[in-house]
Order: sequence, then C-alpha cells, then structure tokens
Amino acid sequence: MFVERSVVVLIALLFSLSAWAGLDIQRWTTAQGARVYFVENHDLPMLDVSVAFAAGSAYDTADKAGLASLTRATMNLGAGDLSEQQIAEQLADVGAQMGGFFDQDRAGFSLRSLSGLSERDLAIAVLRTVLARPVFPEAVVAREKARTIANLQEAATKPEYLGEKAFQAALYGSHPYALSEAGEPETVAKLDRADLVDFHRRHYRAANMVVAIMGDIDRAGADKLAADLAAGLPAGEAPPALPPVAALATGVERLIPHHATQSHLFIGQPGMSRDDPDYFPLLVGNYILGGGGFDSRMVEEIRQKRGLAYSAYSYFMPMKELGPFQIGLQTRRDATDQALAVVRETLKQFLAEGPTEAELKQAKDNLVGSFPLRLDSNRKILDHLAMIGFYNLAPDWLDSYTKKVAAVGRGDIVRALRARLHPEAMATVIVGGQNEPEKADK
Amino acid sequence: MRFPQLWIAGMKMKRSLLILALFLVGPVQAETLERTLANGMKVIVKTDRRAPVAVSQVWYRAGSMDESYGTTGVAHVLEHMMFKGTKAVPAGQFSKRIAAAGGRENAFTSRDHTAYFQTLQADRLELALRLEADRMANLVLAPEEFAKEIDVVKEERRMRTEDNPQAKLYETLMATAFQAHPYRHPVIGWMDDLKHMAVADARRWYKTWYTPNNAILVVVGDVNPKRVMAWAEKYFGAIKARTLPARKPQAEPEQQGVKRVALKAPAKLPAVILAWQAPRLANPADDSDPYALEVLAGVLDGNNSARLPKSLVQEKQLAVDVSAGYDPVARGPNQFMVDATPAEGKTVAEVETALKAEIKRVQDEGVAESELNRVKAQVLAGQVFQQDSLFYQGMLIGEWETAGLSWRDRAVRFDKLKAVTAEQVRAVAKKYLVDDRLTVAVLDPQPMPADATKRGFAPAQGGHHVR
Repeated sequence: MFVERSVVVLIALLFSLSAWAGLDIQRWTTAQGARVYFVENHDLPMLDVSVAFAAGSAYDTADKAGLASLTRATMNLGAGDLSEQQIAEQLADVGAQMGGFFDQDRAGFSLRSLSGLSERDLAIAVLRTVLARPVFPEAVVAREKARTIANLQEAATKPEYLGEKAFQAALYGSHPYALSEAGEPETVAKLDRADLVDFHRRHYRAANMVVAIMGDIDRAGADKLAADLAAGLPAGEAPPALPPVAALATGVERLIPHHATQSHLFIGQPGMSRDDPDYFPLLVGNYILGGGGFDSRMVEEIRQKRGLAYSAYSYFMPMKELGPFQIGLQTRRDATDQALAVVRETLKQFLAEGPTEAELKQAKDNLVGSFPLRLDSNRKILDHLAMIGFYNLAPDWLDSYTKKVAAVGRGDIVRALRARLHPEAMATVIVGGQNEPEKADK
Repeated sequence: MRFPQLWIAGMKMKRSLLILALFLVGPVQAETLERTLANGMKVIVKTDRRAPVAVSQVWYRAGSMDESYGTTGVAHVLEHMMFKGTKAVPAGQFSKRIAAAGGRENAFTSRDHTAYFQTLQADRLELALRLEADRMANLVLAPEEFAKEIDVVKEERRMRTEDNPQAKLYETLMATAFQAHPYRHPVIGWMDDLKHMAVADARRWYKTWYTPNNAILVVVGDVNPKRVMAWAEKYFGAIKARTLPARKPQAEPEQQGVKRVALKAPAKLPAVILAWQAPRLANPADDSDPYALEVLAGVLDGNNSARLPKSLVQEKQLAVDVSAGYDPVARGPNQFMVDATPAEGKTVAEVETALKAEIKRVQDEGVAESELNRVKAQVLAGQVFQQDSLFYQGMLIGEWETAGLSWRDRAVRFDKLKAVTAEQVRAVAKKYLVDDRLTVAVLDPQPMPADATKRGFAPAQGGHHVR
C-alpha cells in the first residue's frame, strides 16, 4: 500500500519537457525514411529503445473506434513464426522487457534490454518481427476484443472515466480527438482481423516511424539497429495530417449522474498544440494557475485554504493539434457548487490580473532549477528523445529551454493565456453533483 | 484519455518487485557509506554520478502497523501535517522553498514506515537536510491547519477507497486475513476514525515516533559522502533522542481454516483475491523459503507467458486479468497473493478452481528448469535495470532498513535467489499455499444505484444545459 500525499505534482510533468544543456543527441534518417534519435551512454550495461508511429486513436474513425489501440495491443501477440508465448518467453529468457504505449497521437513499443550482444540482438530481433510481421491470430484477436470490452464496461462504472470521456466529447465534437482511445464496447465488437491487418499496413511504415535509442551501444551499432528495425517495414509515406480542432462556440455543461461519494469536476477547452509559439509563456503561466502543485493557485484555493479536495490541477496537454486545457478536482458531493465557484473565480481572476512578480519568480526558479531532474535517468532521456522526434521539435529545444523559461514575463503570460482561454466558452463536466445539504456526508 | 486498468491497491507494486527489488554493485562505481549519529539516527549515502542530481529520503520506522484502534490513519494524517509548518518555516513554506530551489518533493505512508523525499540538483541538497531536520523536531501542529487538512485526507480516502470497489476489496481482504495484527487496518485509516481524529492524536503520534533514533536518512546521487555526513551531523545530530515505546509484536494467531469474505459494490466485473499467510524475510543469509516464494511468484506471473496468464487468460479464457505477487520485505506477518478478474460469463468459482489447479500442478509436478532459468534471467537483468533510477535505489535501501534488514544483505539475496532449486519452489508451494492459510475475498458486483443528485447544474456564466 502506497499512499502518496499528492498527485498534483505529477500532473505538472505532463506539460513540460526539458533537459540539461549539453546532452549530445545524434539524429539521422535511415534508408527507409525512419527518423532516429540517439544518445550514447555506457554508464550502465543496458539499452533502451522506443519506436513510435503516428498511429494513435486520432487515426480511428467513429464507427471503428478502438482499432488503432487493438492493433498495437495485438501486434506482439504472435508475429512471424513466433506465437505469443514464444515472444514472451524469448524476451524473458534474456531478461528483456517490452512495453507498449498509446495515446491519441502516438502508438508504439519500448524495449529495455541488457546490452550484452546475445541479449540485445535477440531482443531487437523479436521487436523487429513484432513491428514488421504481426500475425493477428484470429483466436488472439477474439480474446483481446473480449478483454477490451470487459475493461471498457468496468471503466464505464467509474466516475473518472465517465467524466474524461464526456469532457473529451464536449471539447472535440466530430474531431477524432473526441474518440475514446480504446473505443466503445459496440465498436470494438465489430472489429475483425482484416481491420487490424489493414490498419497495420497503412500506419506501421518506415517513413512514419521515429526510433529513439539510449544507452550502452556505439554509433555504428545504433545505426545498424535502427536500419534493421526499419528494414522490415515498407517505406510508405509520412502520416496523413490530422484535421484542425475548432474552438468551442459556446459554453457547454454536462451533469452525469453517479452514486459516488465525490463529484468529479472537469473544466476546460481545446488548448494548445506542440508547435505553439507561446509554449513557454503557457508553461510558466499554467504552473502558476494549476500546474505547479503546491505553488499553484488551484491547489492553494481548493486544497490549502478550504480543504475541498485532495487533488486540484490544471494543465495544457500539447498534442499534434490542439490538445486539451483542463482543470480538474474531486470533492465531496455537498461541496460541488462551492468548488466549481472557486475554480471559476480563480481562473477569472488569474486571466484578469495575471501572476504577481513573486509567483512568476517562484515558477521560473522551479522550472529552471528542476531542469537537470528531467533527464537524470536513461528512461527519462529515452522518453524525451521519443517526444522530440515524434513532434519534430527544434534542434535547440533542450539547449534553449531554461533560457526561454527565464525570458517569460508577466505580460507574455497574460497575453498568451487571454488569447487562448475563454471561460465563457469552456466545457464543464460534473460526474455526481451537488447533494441536498441534509444528505451531506462530511 | 487514459484507459483505466483494473488493479488491486497494493498489488501493483508487488508484481514488479521480483524483477526490480534486487541490487548488486554494477559497472558504475557506486559507493555506499553508512554511519549512525550519536543520537541513534542512521545515515546511508550512496553515490551515483550519472547526473548532477541527488535524492534525500528520511524514513521513519512508524507506519499504520504502529497505530491503535480508534486512531487508524494517524500515521498518514501526520505525514500530511508535516507540511503544515514549524516555528521557523511556516505552513506551506517547506514545499515552497524546495520548489524555489528547483526541487521536487513528496511523502508516502505505508503499513511499515513513513518517508519524506526531495530530489534536487546535487549542490542544493543541504537545503533539504536542513528543512527535514527542522520538521523532525519543531513541528507546530496548529489546530486550524489540522481542521483543513483532515478534510483533505477524507477526500483522499473517498477518492482512493470509498469510490473504488477494487481498493475496497483489498481493504476487506486485509481486515479478514488478519484478526489480531494491525495489518488489518487500511493505511489511510477507517473513515469513522478520520471523522473523529483530533489534533491531539497527531501530536501524540509525532511525539512518540518522530525522533532521530527512529529515523534513517538515505541520500543517493552525485554527492560527496563526507560532506553529506557532516551536514547530517550538523542538522540531525543536534536533535535529542527520545526513548521509543516498547513495540508489542501483536502476532497473528495461527490460522486454522480457510476464511472467506464477500464485498457487494457497484461494479461491472467480479474479482477475486487469494491471500495465503507466508513468511517474511527475517535472516537474509539463513532464510530460504522467502526466496523460493519469490521465484514461485515469477513462475506463476513473471512474464506474459508465465503459468497463470497463459492458462487462465490465454488458453482457458476464464479471466481477463490475473496476477501473483509476493514481497519478502515487511515488518509484519506476510502474505502471498493471487488476484484475478473473471471473463464475461465466467464465475469467481470457476476462476478460483482454475487458480488452485495451477497451484496444485506446482505442488504435484514441480516446475521446469526452463521456467526457473527464465525467472533468474529476469532477476539478473532487474538488478541492472533498477540502477537507472536514483529514487528507486533510495527506496530499496529505506525499505530494507525500516524492515529491520541491512542494505548490505541485498547482495546476499541475489546469490540466494540464483541458488533456488525447482524442488524448493515445489516445497514452498506445498507448505504455504494451502487452504488453512488462505483468505479469499470476492467482489460481488451490484447494479449501479440511483444517483443521489437532487439539484441541477450550478448556474454559470454563459453556459447552457445539455441535459
């Protein structure tokens, strides 16, 4: 049992990306068109690799929602001549760990292995087979569909899932960002093997692939590794562009009935994309509003002053197109109205007045001072390489990070936030809702 | 949107421990220094120079297992109050000062311990040590701060447990498996105890357990160990030790027959947890059963082709998820756990029967050499992988030390794990995974009850009601 004092600090990490100056990132493109990002480091006898494709749920359609997720989830359950058991056993036999990741934009795999040649080469060979020659056995697909549907049905009993889903739908309407990442029970039920084969063929292509490599391997080895991974795939083309996200025309409110003892509140709108020129003013501004944990106004007003919630936060999730700006908290039901009023007033006041000089200094001191913490392990470096590669961030992204944070002024924050945030046209989703006072459970 | 995974509170960590909770000196020249200050506080410093960063962790050997009826949850409440000010550092300022230094900080409470941590640029470590020493000795515990924070903790319990049937099932299991030992109480405390908790309860807890002779400082990172020792002496060494109360063992009486409990809660899928009373690691050099149980957990659920996922999820398709876990490091009586979520149309009874059949297979036929070697390969790799995280390296030291073990014994453990035989795995399965040691907890899903909302949406500026 692991009871943490706060999850708000973690939310802040979603937003930000940095590294300490001087990380030597080598970049190249393989003959098949895959982009490679590599940091050589021999401190530990291990190697981390990640391969990402523009193959997230944004590439699903409403009638086949869940296809992208199911494709990725079944690729490593039978590939080439290997059964799902053989894939798992071969990796385990050399102590390697294969993981998957999936969100609206990205889908892919990560691999961690010892760097000894026998372990490494076997693990990479398995990954290469999984990427290029997934079999999607009928029986496995049927089983994984059933598991997905079961999990979706269970999730539909949970207030946080219902709230997130309704919030996403309210923000994105007919844009594919509105689709539930794992799909709906009805749409998953309709998927068949041919759909998966087709999705894999269209999206898992070398020109749509970003390889990140971190650890105990030299440049020649990394070159060969990346070429090997890409060689099994058709070159194909760069991923299709996603449609732009439209702003909300009016405010939207949804109340979802639920029996839970807490109400879950979600307030927000489409926020920013990865290439937003105001990334840094928004980063610093959101730190002060609700991204900076105990340094933020949301936590101060909701938790510290009033004891209304354990977790209160705001974040911008930068994505290919406009990702969500979201404020969230959970509170006992009889405090629902009060908490909502505090959130709205806090946001309104922040947009009107901007941060104080003291708040600005605190935010910048933390963001600049915590810079080295963001890349203090191989895993963190790998994740940043993957992010930089996938979103094509500028070559000086890491090196200029602290300078750009330090340059943000109060006026930049006020301007950037006011240009994007429109409280009168935000979505508000509440799961649960205000009780009559006599039903209060305090 | 994140797709919520079903998991049982407390099990998620344990699953990975077999792979992760091992340590041997690797190729990076790491040096670990230990000394005990005159007031009894132990200080352990491990160097890791891969990044200009250091983590500081102060561990108190006081967790929920040290609580009494009526004040369950007080260890965790005090953890919250530790951020609420001293004479020199007013409420909230601890976090503000660490943040201003570019640090990240938090704390956690478990059954066995409470720990506070900061990660900073290595040259700013002194600030963390100074602030930690201050709140070890000078906490104010103001009633008005307590009144607000106890509400925050109640919200935390609502979020983590009240509205989470799977977490409630785990809570119910523990309360059933243990009759006498305080492991029967949830770390966050029972809601009624939280409602009646007073600032005096927190103050008593602080006075009893927050003394240097009950604390361990662990520092890992790019530091000069001698300088860290000097800071520890300067800041913590100045705090006077108090006599600790005698710790009553509250030993769990021997179980004499299977225990069963059902929890009805609004949910879609049923769930089942099986927990057998099992030994803890007490003497790393002499014990053998805990290591064999760890390997057994790996054979059952160490990878996607291990026995339980292969049989129950992939072949028989009785369950959508299954896991097994055993963590040998604990202060109190230990358990070996298996949990599963039945597939659509399958019952808990069918799943329990299948789980027990897999265990009987180990008891009757033993395990294959290839399975054993696979688990050991993962153990070997895991001891390299775990060196990637400064924080985790500190966690391992703190967990071992607060459990009454020494960080030095982790090397012993690695050798002992490598030496586990197939026959030992079979023997511990026969000895411990028997009904007389077993508690079964079942989640009996209920339809979603009517919503209690009486009023509509709060009026808002410019909005309109969609429903």
